[in-house]
Amino acid sequence: MDLLAGIFNNDSLIKNFKRTQLYMSSTSIPAGTKWWTGGKSPFNSSYGKVMMWYFLMSDAFTFGAFLISYGTIRFSVNYWADPNHVFNAFPFMGHANLPLAFVSLMTFILIFSSVTMVLAVHEGHHMNRKGVEKYMILTIIGGLAFLGCQAWEWTHLITGDHAVLVNGHIEHWGTTVTKNPWGHEVMFNGQEVATPGPIAFGGYFFGITGFHGFHVFSGVIINIVMLIKTRLGHFEQRGHYEMIEKAGLYWHFVDLVWVFVFLCFYLI
Amino acid sequence: MSTHVSSPEITFAPVAGESTKRIWNTFWLLSVITFIELGIGLAIYNIHKGEHPSEMLVLFFKGMVCILTLAKAYYIVSIFMHLGDEVRNLIMTIVVPLCLFLWFITAFLWDGDSWKKLRNTRAGSVKTEQVTPAHQK
Repeated sequence: MDLLAGIFNNDSLIKNFKRTQLYMSSTSIPAGTKWWTGGKSPFNSSYGKVMMWYFLMSDAFTFGAFLISYGTIRFSVNYWADPNHVFNAFPFMGHANLPLAFVSLMTFILIFSSVTMVLAVHEGHHMNRKGVEKYMILTIIGGLAFLGCQAWEWTHLITGDHAVLVNGHIEHWGTTVTKNPWGHEVMFNGQEVATPGPIAFGGYFFGITGFHGFHVFSGVIINIVMLIKTRLGHFEQRGHYEMIEKAGLYWHFVDLVWVFVFLCFYLI
Repeated sequence: MSTHVSSPEITFAPVAGESTKRIWNTFWLLSVITFIELGIGLAIYNIHKGEHPSEMLVLFFKGMVCILTLAKAYYIVSIFMHLGDEVRNLIMTIVVPLCLFLWFITAFLWDGDSWKKLRNTRAGSVKTEQVTPAHQK
């Protein structure tokens, strides 16, 4: 089209072309278009993108099953660890009580890396290689920052040292898949100490955030591959940046899942 | 504009003039919703710290964050993932199966609640008053 408009440089042709351009915009697909009569992709989308959507849908069910199973266990017990109590630490802040602070930081890192990803997709639509590279780098940095935060949080929980009253004497526990020092508190020798909480807490927390973290990790790897392919000019030769869109779908999904993990583990 | 599509059978092509304004608006919207959620989270925290936490109020706030989270999910999927721009049939093949979650959540949380009732009434074999768990202060 560019070529034709360039060769003829004809006003009516350009006008016509502009109309075509409008027609091609996503919002102006004429009503009553017969998608299934052949010659068109019925979903107006490539095979790869549609399959990426279906993969993400199945992944949503996997995460959903984990979170719902966690909900079932939480509903079935009389006591659960208070998230504001468990997640109240922040790096370099010592023992300051800062509920929700660190996880907010993680949430914003992920939302922001989602924005840079969608900007990379946008630059891809404009065939702007430099722009795609810039935003892919920012997205990768965001992903790595999130993983760093998660590593810190896990380390903090596992190596934590909490006095727990077990069988009449005090033990010092961290949060692991077999130990939960976040049970209700009792008085012992004039001191308030915790008792063991529901054992499922660690398994669900580390299992689900770990599964999510693994998605972030693989997302970062995919994004790095996409960055390399962009730099090598593969997409420019191909004539479209659809691979960036597909990687973007995966990356946004990771953000989407985090929204629910944030809700289920930290907010309620 | 060249149409950067992967196949001649696909007419969908993003508009060249589309600005990044919509993306940034969505970002601000998501940020504001997250801040509201954090505010509610802190409110729940303070209610729990109080002398007589009102269970109803906590439940109300928790319901609110759930709704706000669904709103966030909608904007991420619709704007960032561009699902809102796809053909309606494609949207439906993704959204309709997700309705399974309605049953999934209801059934399993109900089941969990049932376990709790059984746990508190000696596996349901003895009809007693709700046994107050020892830890409740």
